[in-house]
Amino acid sequence: MPTATKKQKRQVNRRAFLKVTATAAGGLLVSLYLERPAIAQEGAGNEQRRPPAKAYPPDAFINIKPDGKVHITVNRLEFGQGVQTSLPMILADELDADWSQVVPHLAPAADVYKDPVFGIQMVGGSGSIAHSYQQYRELGAKTRAMLVAAAAALLNVPADQCRTQASRVYGPGGKSATYAELAAAAALQPVPAEVKLKNASEFRLIGKKVKRLDSRAKCDGSLKFGLDLQQPGMKVAVVAHPPVFAARVKDFDDKEARKLAGVRDVFEIQLAKGSGVAVVADKFWAAKQARDLLKINWDSTGLDHADSDQLRENFKQLAKTEGKVAKTVGDVKSIANTPPANLIVAEYEFPYLPHAPMEPLNTTIRFDGDSAEAWAGSQFQTFDQMAIAQVLGLKPEKVTFHTEMAGGGFGRRAVPDSHVQREAATIAKRFRGTPIKLIWTREDDIRGGYYRPMHAHRVEVAVGADGFPSAWRHVIVGQSIMAGTPFAMMMKDGIDPTTVEGVADTNYNLPNFQVSSHNPTINVPVLWWRSVGNTHTAYVMETLVEELATRAKTDPIAYRRKLLKPEAKKLRAALDLLDEKSAVWRRRLPAGHAVGFALHESFGTAVACAVDVSITNQRPKIHRATIAVDCGVAVNPLTVESQFQAGVGFGLSQLMAKGEI
Amino acid sequence: MATYKLTINGQAKEVTVDPSTPLLWVLREELSMTGTKYGCGVSACGACTVHVDGVATRSCMLPISLLGNRPVVTIEAMASDPVGRVVQDAWVEKDVVQCGYCQSGQIMSAVALLKSTGKPTETNIEESMGGNICRCATYVRIREAINLASQRLS
Repeated sequence: MPTATKKQKRQVNRRAFLKVTATAAGGLLVSLYLERPAIAQEGAGNEQRRPPAKAYPPDAFINIKPDGKVHITVNRLEFGQGVQTSLPMILADELDADWSQVVPHLAPAADVYKDPVFGIQMVGGSGSIAHSYQQYRELGAKTRAMLVAAAAALLNVPADQCRTQASRVYGPGGKSATYAELAAAAALQPVPAEVKLKNASEFRLIGKKVKRLDSRAKCDGSLKFGLDLQQPGMKVAVVAHPPVFAARVKDFDDKEARKLAGVRDVFEIQLAKGSGVAVVADKFWAAKQARDLLKINWDSTGLDHADSDQLRENFKQLAKTEGKVAKTVGDVKSIANTPPANLIVAEYEFPYLPHAPMEPLNTTIRFDGDSAEAWAGSQFQTFDQMAIAQVLGLKPEKVTFHTEMAGGGFGRRAVPDSHVQREAATIAKRFRGTPIKLIWTREDDIRGGYYRPMHAHRVEVAVGADGFPSAWRHVIVGQSIMAGTPFAMMMKDGIDPTTVEGVADTNYNLPNFQVSSHNPTINVPVLWWRSVGNTHTAYVMETLVEELATRAKTDPIAYRRKLLKPEAKKLRAALDLLDEKSAVWRRRLPAGHAVGFALHESFGTAVACAVDVSITNQRPKIHRATIAVDCGVAVNPLTVESQFQAGVGFGLSQLMAKGEI
Repeated sequence: MATYKLTINGQAKEVTVDPSTPLLWVLREELSMTGTKYGCGVSACGACTVHVDGVATRSCMLPISLLGNRPVVTIEAMASDPVGRVVQDAWVEKDVVQCGYCQSGQIMSAVALLKSTGKPTETNIEESMGGNICRCATYVRIREAINLASQRLS
């Protein structure tokens, strides 16, 4: 996921105001009215591009119902990260809503739900809380101010003598009124232009360990994911995808497939690249069986058959040459004259990795001629809605796009070419009026590309007399994720920032430093994979720093403290905390155990980690991990803890051969 | 196509499907019971775990024609199952879930384990739960929740 640069962030016009409406039933509806949605990734020069004001749905964010329930809409996809709990916590805290009455909803695609920094509706770049924290606090605080104003008028008391708690305004002299009672009158109050937010000491929810709101429904089978969606008259589609990426169907025999009961149609469809054969049936099992019976001849003329062994060798050779220079500090020429004893040459290989979210990819679409309705667990609602509209020949706003709960994603549901939605729309177009649920089977997912790109790193480090790097030359080889997508505009001088992030922006003080990258073109679609470039760059940097510390016979924590730039305050704080929290067990390490450290900052969060490892039955075994994190405000520490606890396992899954963890 | 009489969560059901249809898809598409999840279709992930005659079973590779008259219990029945309810409560209390897609299967495996082994050892847990993949990797809390449920049940 890209992050907006500081410069881009400054350009974002955060001016937004609330639009409030009373509902017929006496409720209060609040929506955030964005004066100018920013298009962060377009960079400079677009300040004048102000889209005309649009009418947003009035209940876009908050709906206080007469029964006291406070419905809060979350402008993100929930797929495990916990944002469907933490964003309502932020809003409800400033609103002083009764948490037990809060009901969260996932927002459909609409301008009002676009990420205030990125300018598109999405989850990525660790932006959900970072970019919507202020937004959700202000929404809560302004609505609270209006409820207080309504109460002051109703109870005939000064507003500044009122206080709020658990969806109730308390005035002096024991007078009080509930938010539900006040909602209608509050909606008529002027929306405050400015509002005072709480001091951290006043928080009732932010920073507290709050249990997830979706737990029970995820434990009793009642929660509906996108794949569980049922619609009247719905048919299920699967697609036979080409065995070589971007190949085309030459011809196919569907005689046996069509004989199966429940099979409605078999036809060739255009894919994002190449073509495939779609099977539409009443139910999944018939569709899948029919697909298995298809006999398809493919045309892969002129297409590369990517071969991992060959690519690995090519990457290795390429890494010995200088690529496009992404970063230069000082001069690394001294490496050529460094005696071998003082030189570390390290080569790393990282394979293609599928995201393999537990819930297979899917999208349901019903095309009604002049409009359409779509359901998908999407990290990129804006792009996916546009893609469906394009295939169906509609304007995006004619496609009602529902965000469905998703069973994991890790980047796989943030696809710039929206290939799953395009497939689904192409099929739905042929079945006007019939909802079509396209399912990518697990086999489709694993074979289907859009992997974390394969990478090679070659690093040469000249070690000075003091044991610290005197020169560091780093070459990274891997396909560009951004090239050929709308995100290509974030590339400068041909450098894909997602290839070099985590190295080029290192917080270590390297006086002579050069980072260059090669982005070979290979016939394998690639995509961001949880934390993107950092999945391989942090590994390389930190294993090298461990090696350097060992070589210098210095404590790895002390070594890092010296190597860090003075301004790397977050990392330093995380390292200090790690030192403190792991000191006891590190001193009492059993025989045969070793400690490994890592320290990295990405997407604004600094993480320091120490693991207690041994080799058991010829396999590494992790006995304990201590992780120190500076992620800014930990809105829900229970979720943050869970993410890191489980993140250890997720991280290991990319390192262990054959996925054994 | 053939007609099958089934006992699902104690209730008699009848479906007419192709004999090769896996129990998973009978549950999900014929009976609209979507709590049991499709994850891989090849018994590799455990998301589709149900109890067949009390045994934790992958429903994605069990053709309906081979089910016979064995009773099937799914996640939908766990809230009213004495062990199931305790396990679900432990899951909620330990805030186990992330994306949650695998958790129906995790809970079905955990309930089967706790019904056969009241006080499971770490090895018992590894053996019983090892086939249930959680891509979010919530394993630490799953283990904590099983231990909590085990304490409460004893």
